[in-house]
Amino acid sequence: MTIRTISELLDAEVLCCHERLDTDVSDACGSDMMSDVLAHVKDQAVLLTGLVNTQVIRTAMMMDMHCVVFVRGKLPSSEIISLAENNSIVVMASPHRMYEACGLLYTHGLSSKENVHG
Amino acid sequence: MADPLRFHYKVDGSNFTSAGEASVEVKKKLRQLGFSPETIRKVSIAMYEGEINMVIHARGGDADVFVYPDRIEIVLADTGPGIADVDLAMQEGYSTAPDNIRTLGFGAGMGLPNMKRNSDSMRIDSTVGVGTTIYMTILV
Ligand SMILES: Nc1ncnc2c1ncn2[C@@H]1O[C@H](COP(=O)(O)OP(=O)(O)OP(=O)(O)O)[C@@H](O)[C@H]1O
Ligand SMILES: [Mg+2]
Repeated sequence: MTIRTISELLDAEVLCCHERLDTDVSDACGSDMMSDVLAHVKDQAVLLTGLVNTQVIRTAMMMDMHCVVFVRGKLPSSEIISLAENNSIVVMASPHRMYEACGLLYTHGLSSKENVHG
Repeated sequence: MADPLRFHYKVDGSNFTSAGEASVEVKKKLRQLGFSPETIRKVSIAMYEGEINMVIHARGGDADVFVYPDRIEIVLADTGPGIADVDLAMQEGYSTAPDNIRTLGFGAGMGLPNMKRNSDSMRIDSTVGVGTTIYMTILV
């Protein structure tokens, strides 16, 4: 699935890195705890989160992710957007809640592949 | 053996927003040096967790990264409160982080075990009231 399709499925507004919308991704994860993402995520390219701060973007950078989706209509600050932009991470904001957003992507074929340990 | 490349960073303990900047820099350097994505990922996660810990638990500190052809060593030194029981702190789920840290997305007690998982060896030297130094080695 492309990042563009994700933005369409989630009715999301893309906030930076439009040039990367055709990137193909196969896995996503959703969490408000960056601790969990850092500890349990393996190769997911997309992070959905209700947490809005710069550490969300840095966590995505550390995990080599391609896209961050802020759910529940939360809008990141310009500082957050420019950090993502400088590091080629697509950022989008979706009006859907976490549960719905994850469900929409999952039912359209984006897998989770979460690491149970390590 | 050849002298390692050395990178040094000051980690600002008063600024949660900038926490992780040193790890980002190291990641870029290792990429330029041509290390494998897997090695870079391990170093990035281990160092980032350690850097966040220095900011949220220890008022910041110093980060040093030594790059050898066959391994990368990370030394994170702070003069924070120290860790009274290192074995306990290493347990998954153990955290003394206050609730306001959890609203920032951290404080699940996963960082130290994750640092250990991502490094080939890790040593913690800590003295209560003096500070903590963590040594991690990642083999290339
Ligand atoms: N540099 C440090 N100085 C003092 N105490 C520390 C330091 N690093 C860790 N600790 C102590 O060890 C505990 C466990 O650390 P760990 O990184 O595993 O979890 P956490 O930081 O609380 O949460 P998380 O890493 O999931 O965000 C901390 O809650 C804290 O009490
Ligand atoms: Mg931690």
